[in-house]
Amino acid sequence: MSIDRRRFIHLSGLAALGLAGGTPSKLVAQELGVAAERKAPLVGRRWAMVIDIRKCMAAEDCTDCIKACHLTHNVPDFGNPKDEIKWIWKGGFEHAFEEQDHQFIQESLKHLPTPVLCNHCDNPPCVRVCPTQATWKRDSDGIVMMDWHRCIGCRYCIVACPYGSRSFNWRDPRPFIDEIQEDFPTRSRGVVEKCTFCSEKLARGELPSCVTACKENAMIFGDLEDPNSEIRKLLSERFTIRRRPGLGTQPEVYYIV
Amino acid sequence: MRDNGKIYLGLTIFLILITFPIWYNLATGKAGYAPELEKAVKGEDCVRDSAYMSANHMDLLNEWRDQVVRDGERFELLSNGTTVERSLSNTCLDCHANKDKFCDRCHGFLGVDPYCWDCHVIPGDHTP
Repeated sequence: MSIDRRRFIHLSGLAALGLAGGTPSKLVAQELGVAAERKAPLVGRRWAMVIDIRKCMAAEDCTDCIKACHLTHNVPDFGNPKDEIKWIWKGGFEHAFEEQDHQFIQESLKHLPTPVLCNHCDNPPCVRVCPTQATWKRDSDGIVMMDWHRCIGCRYCIVACPYGSRSFNWRDPRPFIDEIQEDFPTRSRGVVEKCTFCSEKLARGELPSCVTACKENAMIFGDLEDPNSEIRKLLSERFTIRRRPGLGTQPEVYYIV
Repeated sequence: MRDNGKIYLGLTIFLILITFPIWYNLATGKAGYAPELEKAVKGEDCVRDSAYMSANHMDLLNEWRDQVVRDGERFELLSNGTTVERSLSNTCLDCHANKDKFCDRCHGFLGVDPYCWDCHVIPGDHTP
């Protein structure tokens, strides 16, 4: 668990109190009790994801990751593609990987539904164009975040994102959410939304919803800066591709084909 | 200056009329009216003392918002040693469970209409 300066000072102050008192003070005990029942947050320096398309295609017509994500984050379903809001969805392989497409592409890949989501680019064009810094790349772990309080709905980011990862709330989404989760906010009309790599779940020490929902274990989430992580092992052993790498956005979602 | 009497009479009536709301409120005891807020359903202490909270909760909420969203600092160690999550829906409304009788009573009386609830979910009440 990482400790920031403020918390370190709090804790060392409490510890000093405890030492001065001879026995652990009630305050320290209380603090430790709370800390114990709360899971330590998952901390990484560069979160990334590997998606194994072969494993994913083994479970035909499975939409578990999409359902889990959209349920957790109160993503509305307007029932028409014009207003559609999506954080993670399945696109045809030839659309997800345009540069791999050709006339005689392997039959099995042709219309293969490929899960796609925000790539949490290392060089995110959406961040560069946002006039209010409502979207920004977190220095601590590289997640491209959204601050819905700040978004003014100009939609520059939607234009800038080469992956179509961002959706705009043209209408009030509240009435179109089937089952509202109380621990996550909805959005209001006029803001853009997208995947945040479940930053709120990482803070609670849990993996992203899509990763835990996937029965095939086709999605692997981990820290690229940790040389011993599963994701680094996969990347060094398997051939992986990324979406539109030629644009220089350095996407951080890798695909095993 | 033959109309002095009428002028002063008129002025007096005018003053009485224009200050009527003040007299009326004083006479009926409504001048000191303040909305009565429901007590918290649980919890001994608030995250700050009551006087601070009633005057500055909006500043605290903005501070919390920035700490959580921008800096990812989701938890706060209070001076009484407990740790709370910085969350409107999950921490504030956990104790102040009835938004209608707590938030809205005062906001309604003062005519302020914060847009927190456009997005943040009121536990148990999901109407848009």
